[in-house]
Amino acid sequence: MSTTTTAIDPTVRRVPPRGGFNRRVLRIELLRMVRNRRTVVFTMIFPAGLYFAITGSDTTWDTPVGSGNEAAYILISMALYGAALIAAASGAMVATERALGWSRQLRLTPLNPVAYVTMKALVALAMGALAIAVVNACGVLQGRAEMPDGVWLEAAAVTLCCTLTFAALGVFIGYIVPGENAMQLLGPGLALLSFLGGVFWPLTEGSGLWHVAVFTPMYGVAEVARSPLTHELPWYALVNAVGWLALFVAGAAWRMSRDTARV
Amino acid sequence: MTSIETVRAGSPAGSRQVPAVRLAGVTKDFGPVHAVRGIDLELRQGEIVAFLGPNGAGKTTTIDIILGLSRPTTGTAEVLGLAPREAIARGLVSAVMQTGGLLKDLTVRETVAYTASLFADTRPVAEVLEDAGITAIADRRVAKCSGGEQQRLRFAMALLSDPALLLLDEPTTGMDVEGRRAFWSAIRRDAEQGRTVLFATHYLEEADQYADRIVLVSQGRVVADGTGSQIKSLASGRTVRATLPGADPEQLTGLPGVTGVDLRGDTVLVRTRDSDAVARHLLTHTDARDLEITSHGLEDAFLSLTGDAR
Repeated sequence: MSTTTTAIDPTVRRVPPRGGFNRRVLRIELLRMVRNRRTVVFTMIFPAGLYFAITGSDTTWDTPVGSGNEAAYILISMALYGAALIAAASGAMVATERALGWSRQLRLTPLNPVAYVTMKALVALAMGALAIAVVNACGVLQGRAEMPDGVWLEAAAVTLCCTLTFAALGVFIGYIVPGENAMQLLGPGLALLSFLGGVFWPLTEGSGLWHVAVFTPMYGVAEVARSPLTHELPWYALVNAVGWLALFVAGAAWRMSRDTARV
Repeated sequence: MTSIETVRAGSPAGSRQVPAVRLAGVTKDFGPVHAVRGIDLELRQGEIVAFLGPNGAGKTTTIDIILGLSRPTTGTAEVLGLAPREAIARGLVSAVMQTGGLLKDLTVRETVAYTASLFADTRPVAEVLEDAGITAIADRRVAKCSGGEQQRLRFAMALLSDPALLLLDEPTTGMDVEGRRAFWSAIRRDAEQGRTVLFATHYLEEADQYADRIVLVSQGRVVADGTGSQIKSLASGRTVRATLPGADPEQLTGLPGVTGVDLRGDTVLVRTRDSDAVARHLLTHTDARDLEITSHGLEDAFLSLTGDAR
């Protein structure tokens, strides 16, 4: 057997641009989310159904609230709920993928960790936007929600920003609760927090429940998301929203960095 | 084993070919645990090297350092003259692990396309699927693939970037004899094109049969490095054991082929390449009794080189 060994010249090999960030991965990641029936049902169909269930009753929900009406208030709340759920689900996937060894597999490719996190965040935002769009489309079709066009858009955009809090919460919980159980905790957990935080129900200011609610993580973001409509944003709601975001991001970063030590 | 010589002769003597892997004084501590205690290792391009050692010998840690997944505590690691992460970023290094590393909800094709999109240059996805024999199951979800199909998928992903260095962890676990033979002939073909293959294994026989070179690690150090036959010769021959009170070690050492004499009370142990001569001598010229002859294989070499006694 006479063979010659060809030396491989490492200098002709190239590094991919943008740390491996690319559209094909974004498309596949989005497809994965949309294909997951459970995710779609709980984050889009369920919030939209809840909106119809609440505002479809005999009362017309046209009592004015800020620059719109009560139905608009419920609409923004439901969009926030759906977007928060899907962002949390996206966040929890990061931990699941690490447990599956996929993250280690990706570390053996040129993909830069910053590009990875950026793509994951974009997917979470895109899915959040989709959840918000679905609930809003339902609101438009039903016709009971009323607010100026600018307020529709502004509220939707603010809601989308608020979902980042829950993406971080998803990563955090995903690391604490192993495997696919994270969503089983996050689903009911977020529903409970939404009840407490006045997402499903407006809270009566000064009531016993309200004194508890103002400290829970859904309260702040719900107030922030509805502020384009209500033109009200108490300082403690803003502190709540920023505080919980900081806490969840810190928690996620803490768990992630501890885990990276052994990839 | 002529191909070994051929491959080595193939690399032009004296030419400055950059080594596929170069580890110099590499150590790795995890807190108080010294996982790697100083490894120097150089792999030539096109070599097929078995990385052999008991569990906890430091194999995995060393492989993680070569892959840039972990940084050495001291010492340097280079892959094709580059820092490991740099080599990874250029698609020069791939690894195939035994388990995990796949997303269950993606299809086979999506998995390969996803991975391919992360490299600057890759072979066409369709071609890689075809080579790995998984075109027929390309649209199947990974979760529905058998263990063997998943392993073929891992290989397809590893070969996408046409790596110069391929690291394999127990590559043929679960393969039948036929599959194993086909696998190694494919690996050998790639090595002839200049691809270096480093595989971790527990199978001594496999290391002996398919590797050009065996690197034996134990307790975080390289304890032997050479061809299968070189390693075997480190503990070669046979041991003749007999009960012989007042044995004369000087005289036994002088016998032809004897490489070592050990006295344990009334028992004498003679390591030799010519056990017949020793046995004949003991039985005809001494009062030796209870004579026993045992032979060494790679297994004995492995045990004696990695044992705590050393």
